[in-house]
Amino acid sequence: MSTGAKRAPERKSKNEPEKDGAANGENPAANADDTETQAPMRDTTGTDAELRKELLRSMLVQRRFEERCAEAYALGKIGGFCHLYIGQEAISTGVMSMLRPDDYVITAYRDHGQALARGVSPRAIMAELFGKSDGCSGGKGGSMHLFDKATNFLGGHGIVGGHIPIAAGVAFAIKYRRRNQVCVCFFGEAAVNIGAFHETLNMASLWDLPAIFIIENNRYGMGTSISRSTANEDVVVRAKGYRMIGESVDGQDVFAVRECMARATERARKEKRPTLIEMRTYRFMGHSMSDAVNGTYRTKDELEENMKRDPILLLHNLIHEAGELTEGELHKIDDDAKAVAQDAWDFADASPEPAAEELYTDILVDTTS
Amino acid sequence: MAVVTYRDALTQALREELQRDDRVFLMGEEVAQYNGAYKVSKGLLDEFGPMRIVDTPITELGFAGIGVGAAMVGLRPIVEFMTWNFALLAIDQVVNAAAKMLYMSGGQYKMPMVFRGPNGAALQLSAQHSQAWESWLAHIPGLKVLTPGTPADAKGLLKSAIRDDNPVVFLEGEMLYNTKGEVPDGEHIVPIGVAEVKREGSDCSIITHGKMVLVAMKVADELAKEGITLDVVDLRTIRPMDVEAIAASVQKTNRAVVVEEGWELCGVGAQVVDFIQRECFDDLDAPVIRVHQEDVPMPYAKNLERLAKPDAAKTLAAVKKVLYLD
Ligand SMILES: Cc1ncc(C[n+]2csc(CCOP(=O)(O)OP(=O)(O)O)c2C)c(N)n1
Repeated sequence: MSTGAKRAPERKSKNEPEKDGAANGENPAANADDTETQAPMRDTTGTDAELRKELLRSMLVQRRFEERCAEAYALGKIGGFCHLYIGQEAISTGVMSMLRPDDYVITAYRDHGQALARGVSPRAIMAELFGKSDGCSGGKGGSMHLFDKATNFLGGHGIVGGHIPIAAGVAFAIKYRRRNQVCVCFFGEAAVNIGAFHETLNMASLWDLPAIFIIENNRYGMGTSISRSTANEDVVVRAKGYRMIGESVDGQDVFAVRECMARATERARKEKRPTLIEMRTYRFMGHSMSDAVNGTYRTKDELEENMKRDPILLLHNLIHEAGELTEGELHKIDDDAKAVAQDAWDFADASPEPAAEELYTDILVDTTS
Repeated sequence: MAVVTYRDALTQALREELQRDDRVFLMGEEVAQYNGAYKVSKGLLDEFGPMRIVDTPITELGFAGIGVGAAMVGLRPIVEFMTWNFALLAIDQVVNAAAKMLYMSGGQYKMPMVFRGPNGAALQLSAQHSQAWESWLAHIPGLKVLTPGTPADAKGLLKSAIRDDNPVVFLEGEMLYNTKGEVPDGEHIVPIGVAEVKREGSDCSIITHGKMVLVAMKVADELAKEGITLDVVDLRTIRPMDVEAIAASVQKTNRAVVVEEGWELCGVGAQVVDFIQRECFDDLDAPVIRVHQEDVPMPYAKNLERLAKPDAAKTLAAVKKVLYLD
């Protein structure tokens, strides 16, 4: 592991002239931005060795699972659009590790990693990707539309930004019923230029909704870099326009993700206030399976530089250097992750295609209330 | 039976359903303090409070999506659009989210919600504010599309819509709010997907819905004086469409005129005619004729607007034509 691996993804230009950090002066973490990105990973969320191992396991399962997705796609077992999450796993794992089972999660089409981290069955996810009847959406959703009611996983959604207001609606329902759950909503940095994002932030703040909006800033919306799409690249300042707390964290550092989520969930549960969080990350694969890994829009050098901060490697090294797990134990975690992916593949392969009658089911329910 | 306005019939339905089920809430622009742009929600804020009668910013896409999210986790939102013209800004939520959620989740997430508001042309509101959207919306599997033309249907169908566990598009006639009609006392429910023969006759069928029901009735009155009787079929629901009712009427009269407020191309009438030619081919004594808005954006000038809209005169002429009396 190279020493360069300890650096956060670099932010290019910061158009925002203010020096008061990412967003809102009230937020101490926002000021820590520059120093924090240079700092080594350090846990402030009270994980113990057992939990650190679990975080590593969660990330590795996603990685190994999606490597098999790429393989299955090449074999034609997975069709359509398929967006891999590889490189961003510290975000899904870190966020989910701070949620309760009764909280809600909603996301965009790059949803495999989040579904896995949330606890949706790997078998049901792979079966969905294979278009099989045991898929978590019955084979009717596919890669972009993973749903699982049992884990309050409210879907993968395919219209950029379209699910952001839906998240606020879930938070509205939480408030309506006077519960103290939260609704977490993931989307890419390109979605901050969508009207639905702005309409939602305004209402979420206006109405004190317990929602946590997470911008996974991997710096590209398909092939368009943030600097070519976004007038102010400091995306989290948008929180300010809606009187919302905004934070920006290193999304490759699972502890930084957890720490920020601890504040955001507390804010949502106790103060009933929403939060906007930018998690800075990088996508190691192409936008979707039809996009080459580095494509025409980013250089190989840039990709390799960012891959040095592979979130899995960072945590792996930390655990290893601390002597918490032996080389053999670390290998075993990885082997187990591979076995999970293999088991999911085998299950999906064996699962039957949806029956032809399923074509006409689930369009409407025939119930009233 | 009390005689009430279409507006009051809707208010009654809202009030009764808000009382009946505390998961039901109403959300939209000016629905609370202002009592509704068309006063349909008059008095409801006082009775149910601001958590259930929710004023929103002017942000159709956003609040339609909030409705979708709330429905996903078990509330029963009624999303009011000030008019359906503005719902175009929210169409992503109606079409891509509400209509698809059950299917793409493999049956896990149903959408018990209503999108409602005034539809169609009023008077001299010109191009952007005078449009009938039912053919657009009826195209989408996963939605139900209702177009009540009378106070009784407005009340009974809105109550059914609110109780339905599917996303229901409820298109109110902007020109109908002040019209009056008898509404049965007490619990009054009109089933979704069931047409009603509003007038029995034997010479020709008029198949129509929404505001044009009143036009059809006027034409039926007019022609009755000449001894011509019309069978007026009010579809009431566009999706799912009551094709049995259409067939029964056409098999009786052997002639049909299809009247709608919207434009001709790919309109609701095109679907009705398609059904008639397939199912009633041998029953027909004349080609079916359609009456609809002229193929132009709605003009402002009074005379031009009159020319653009479908009306009683055009409908009457169409009926005479299918009776070979022109
Ligand atoms: C409204 C809309 N416009 C365009 C697209 C096509 N599209 C799919 S993903 C994407 C890029 C989005 O990038 P970002 O939000 O940053 O998320 P990421 O893919 O990086 O996870 C585009 C343009 C879409 N799905 N929806």
